Amino acid sequence: MSSETDFVLAIEDLTVSFDGFKAVDSLNLYVDKNELRVVIGPNGAGKTTLLDLICGKTRATEGSIKFKNTELRGLAEHKIVREGVGRKFQTPSIYENLTVFENLEVSYPEGRGVFGSLLFKTTDAVTDRVRKIAQEVRLDGELDTEAGVLSHGQKQWLEIGMLLMQEPELLMLDEPVAGMSAKERDETAELLNRICMNRAVIVIEHDMEFVKKIARKVTVLHQGKILAEGPMDTVQKDPKVVEVYLGH
Amino acid sequence: MNFLINRLMGGREGALAIAILAAVILLVLPLSLDIFRLNLVGKYLTYAFAAISLVLLWGYGGVLSLGQGVFFGLGGYAMAMFLKLEASDPESTKIQTTPGIPDFMDWNQITELPWFWIPFEHLSFALLAILAVPVVFALLIGVPMFKRRVGGVYFAIITQVVAVILTVLIVGQQGYIGGINGITDLKTLNGWDIRPNGSKYILYFVNAALLFAVIALSNWILTSKFGRLLLAMKDREDRVRFSGYDVSNFKIFIFCIAAMISAIGGAMFTLQVGFMSPSFVGIVPSIEMVIFAAVGGRMSVVGVVYGTLLVNAGKTAFSESFPELWLFLMGGLFIGVVMFFPNGLAGIYQKYISKKVRAKLGSALPNQKGDTGAGPTIDNEGKSAPMFGESTPAVSGASTELQGAKA
Repeated sequence: MSSETDFVLAIEDLTVSFDGFKAVDSLNLYVDKNELRVVIGPNGAGKTTLLDLICGKTRATEGSIKFKNTELRGLAEHKIVREGVGRKFQTPSIYENLTVFENLEVSYPEGRGVFGSLLFKTTDAVTDRVRKIAQEVRLDGELDTEAGVLSHGQKQWLEIGMLLMQEPELLMLDEPVAGMSAKERDETAELLNRICMNRAVIVIEHDMEFVKKIARKVTVLHQGKILAEGPMDTVQKDPKVVEVYLGH
Repeated sequence: MNFLINRLMGGREGALAIAILAAVILLVLPLSLDIFRLNLVGKYLTYAFAAISLVLLWGYGGVLSLGQGVFFGLGGYAMAMFLKLEASDPESTKIQTTPGIPDFMDWNQITELPWFWIPFEHLSFALLAILAVPVVFALLIGVPMFKRRVGGVYFAIITQVVAVILTVLIVGQQGYIGGINGITDLKTLNGWDIRPNGSKYILYFVNAALLFAVIALSNWILTSKFGRLLLAMKDREDRVRFSGYDVSNFKIFIFCIAAMISAIGGAMFTLQVGFMSPSFVGIVPSIEMVIFAAVGGRMSVVGVVYGTLLVNAGKTAFSESFPELWLFLMGGLFIGVVMFFPNGLAGIYQKYISKKVRAKLGSALPNQKGDTGAGPTIDNEGKSAPMFGESTPAVSGASTELQGAKA
């Protein structure tokens, strides 16, 4: 496998089998630089599993996952993150007992070792970055708030902010607008359109209205395989897609 | 100065708490108690080292160890071995079959000092061993467990099993390590007699000084990014892992530090009490240490010192009059604290008194780091959290500490 590509992410023949059940089945997926890709599909299509495979939470049975031509398969989770892959979980995963400031600060990509973290100093550069990101995710007024008391939507944004702190080159978001109000959804769509300017983003989403707002290219997964891929309106008209998913 | 107050004392409020504790330990108790009682307090304070180690490991790290007695014991035994060799010079042991070896070896027909005793003839080696042996032991337990992501109750049970194994080993090896009686008849430390009252006073103050040093070290760790990461891991271990941290290394490190802190307490115990025995290694002392931490407040390094003193004072008072009732009372106390005061004495302080103190101290407001960029104060005492890790109901996909091996 010496094929050098320009893709940020090149997934080839990826298969994961749980006791014979193939949650992801010989999947090929390529994501360009600065691309925003939306992955949709009915429940159990393997969307979340796909993200789990990329970020190392689940180990693939076969195939390869190349990030900027580096094989991610077999790397430890934290090493995959250090390569530049950030992943947001489906339920907001933030540190409830820390303040918004501390949540973002802890995500700053320095002092990641045991001794590094003991000697880590919250320099002006760190503070500035925290403020900038907080502004980006509309939490600049909540820096001293304990994260546990934020609203659901704010928690989702905070987690996105925590990922942005790491400046990932590939950002993966699992249902970022689940449980959000209509207004929050609009704001999140704006946010996503802004942050994908200088990085690739993969979004898993169920909400078709939201998908229409952000999607340029959509991948439809079904039973661990790609059913269709292309611009939103083409995919929407694809009879196969209509049958398994959109038609419901 | 800022570093001293913010990092080593945990902010202004922490500095005040330390000043009050220092006044109690260094002035009030020595002036009001006779040397017998003060020596007893000194003994209790050695348990406070173990309780502080549990604040780091359990309170912040979310990893409950029911085997801190093991490390307490390792430190205590390392110290006792040096003292025993010094007490077993050929002159004082000339009535033995083999003079010059510890008496219990002679009783067990051992005629030569075992190899692992030989380096303990040197004080410098013994002091190094007090710190290093528990750390190496903690690595041996911690690395395989944390790398495999064993946590929660599984970890607690395994540490408890280690405590049992070590006790059985010590009891079974009477000839080599003194058996059930422990290592007794300790006399001098590098020629300095530890038994007279004057020495006991000095040892009390040395112990107190070490305790404050350990409190400062703990505060330094807890106010660093490392401390925030511990809290973050307790909350959402996966989020920390997927933010680029090798979670297991952090747990291994704090487990080793906790082991070392407990061992310092053990060594000071040996010096002040004059012997070391397996009854300070096993399950009961290890669980007692957890109770001290729970009563004092497992999120507060200063709180657990009071917790240790109170529970032990209670133990001494009650077990003098109702010895058979004490264990039940202690069990009841533990259940009561866990159910009604999950953050112990420090939690009560945080809930009812802290605000007034902060108002008096002026600028020491709880959350000012957003504005100043300075290190955070330790202000988590008031937050209620369940006994094992995660403080929010686990939603789908998020795993609780209790689940243990997740990989």
